[in-house]
Amino acid sequence: MPDARDVARAVEEAHRSHWATVLAATVRLTRDLDLAEDCAQDAFVRALQTWATGIPDSTGGWLATVARRLALDRMRREATLRRKLPLLAVEVAPAAGPDPRPADPLRLVFTCCHPSLGRDAQLALTLRLMCGLTTAEIGRVLLAKETAVAARITRAKQKIAGAGVPFRLPPDDALPARLDTVLTVVHLAYTAGHSASGDRLVREDLTSRAVGLARLLVAQLPDEPEALGLLALLLFAEARAGSRLDPGGDLVLLADQDRSRWDSALVHEGLALATRALAAGDGRFTLQAAIAGLHMSSPAWEATDWPQVVRMYDALLLRWPSPVVALNRAAAASLVPGADLEAVLRDLDALEGEPTLAAYSYLPATRADVLTRLGREAQARQAYEDALALTDSEAERRFLLGRRSGP
Amino acid sequence: MAEYMFLLFDDESWFDDLTPESWESAMKLHGEFARAVEAAGARILDGRALQRTTTATTLRRDWDNPSTPPVVSDGPFIETKEALGGYYVIEARDLDQALELGALCPTGNLEIRPVLDTSGSGTTG
Repeated sequence: MPDARDVARAVEEAHRSHWATVLAATVRLTRDLDLAEDCAQDAFVRALQTWATGIPDSTGGWLATVARRLALDRMRREATLRRKLPLLAVEVAPAAGPDPRPADPLRLVFTCCHPSLGRDAQLALTLRLMCGLTTAEIGRVLLAKETAVAARITRAKQKIAGAGVPFRLPPDDALPARLDTVLTVVHLAYTAGHSASGDRLVREDLTSRAVGLARLLVAQLPDEPEALGLLALLLFAEARAGSRLDPGGDLVLLADQDRSRWDSALVHEGLALATRALAAGDGRFTLQAAIAGLHMSSPAWEATDWPQVVRMYDALLLRWPSPVVALNRAAAASLVPGADLEAVLRDLDALEGEPTLAAYSYLPATRADVLTRLGREAQARQAYEDALALTDSEAERRFLLGRRSGP
Repeated sequence: MAEYMFLLFDDESWFDDLTPESWESAMKLHGEFARAVEAAGARILDGRALQRTTTATTLRRDWDNPSTPPVVSDGPFIETKEALGGYYVIEARDLDQALELGALCPTGNLEIRPVLDTSGSGTTG
């Protein structure tokens, strides 16, 4: 018989791997998000008690069956009350097929990321329903008050039920746009877990759950290049996770990271995914994965294939014309051997005054580097000062101070 | 199935240079919309065009003093460049279908609101 620690570990692991599947299978039955959530949570509590006599082979299947049985009981008990509640529109008959269906979690994530909901609501719902975070944990990763997060989730659920947001896959002609929203939200979820401050345990748990969600999207939509691209992008970030902070906890820039510490299994998996994505599409996640892939496959910062990086940024700019992409393109262009630095400087100057870059130290920092290499010391010093005024990262501060004082 | 109200907001300058031709083409667009709704398996339960907001009268009542009679004023409740010019009540499968139909509705700005079922307890309010 498993001891209490084994059981706790198995339940925790099942929560990470199967929460969304268990919840989504229950939603198909209840057509009510709150009831489904309660029953899915109860099923995990029951697992803690019941698995002491033996952990089932299929933990996800066990949990989904128990959650759905709890839901059926409650629906029978509350039948009269529930007739008055608006229910989710479900495309399949709830009675058909008792087991979790592979597409259930996909239906649920399309519900969470419905275009009729605001981005904040989409993100909070996805963290709650797909990643299984508590409202307190969501508050910690989004740096928001728990009460505010709870209110946001409640409002979003009311809109889903009241306005008739369905629990189903979008039609083929709407899929690309709807999928783009889902991928954007999953990327935001990962980024929330990846950013440097706040509760470390919650954040590491969230990044692994966001990667799990990206894997689920790829498993369900294996021919969608953008889903492959997003998963590749996240795996590359995961591969670098161990080397992005120094022993003191400060951020280490990509240029200075010890590449031998990158997780080579994740790098290889990401490269294979990025290659598949690029063969089938040129969307913004695919191109970002391609750029990250060029960095990941280079043995050293100095050995990076900068001309190819610039070409990928050119393609990305066509897809996603944003000042941040233009800045990254210019920074890469300045690193091409024999680059026309005057031309790069003109590109950077053209970005001055862009509101989205106003608080972004990377623009003056890049200008400072280019100006130094052009021998314009005074202008370079001023640009370093501008960059220093904008950064709140200690690692970047030290880097800029080191650069300013010269080699 | 659920019921949605489609609120059509448009620039009223349309009324200023109204010709028989522009009237006819507008009616034709609404006819096409009605056929598209039926073809999608949804239903138009109600729908009306409104006269322009210069014909509107607004009553404002102070609910803290219910005995005070309402103040009557000339004009719409909210003065906007693009004003409520008509509505439909449409029965659709879900919000996705309502949004698909909304994309076919001949109007510049469309607000879609689910209709509240007042026969129940009104729990979604």
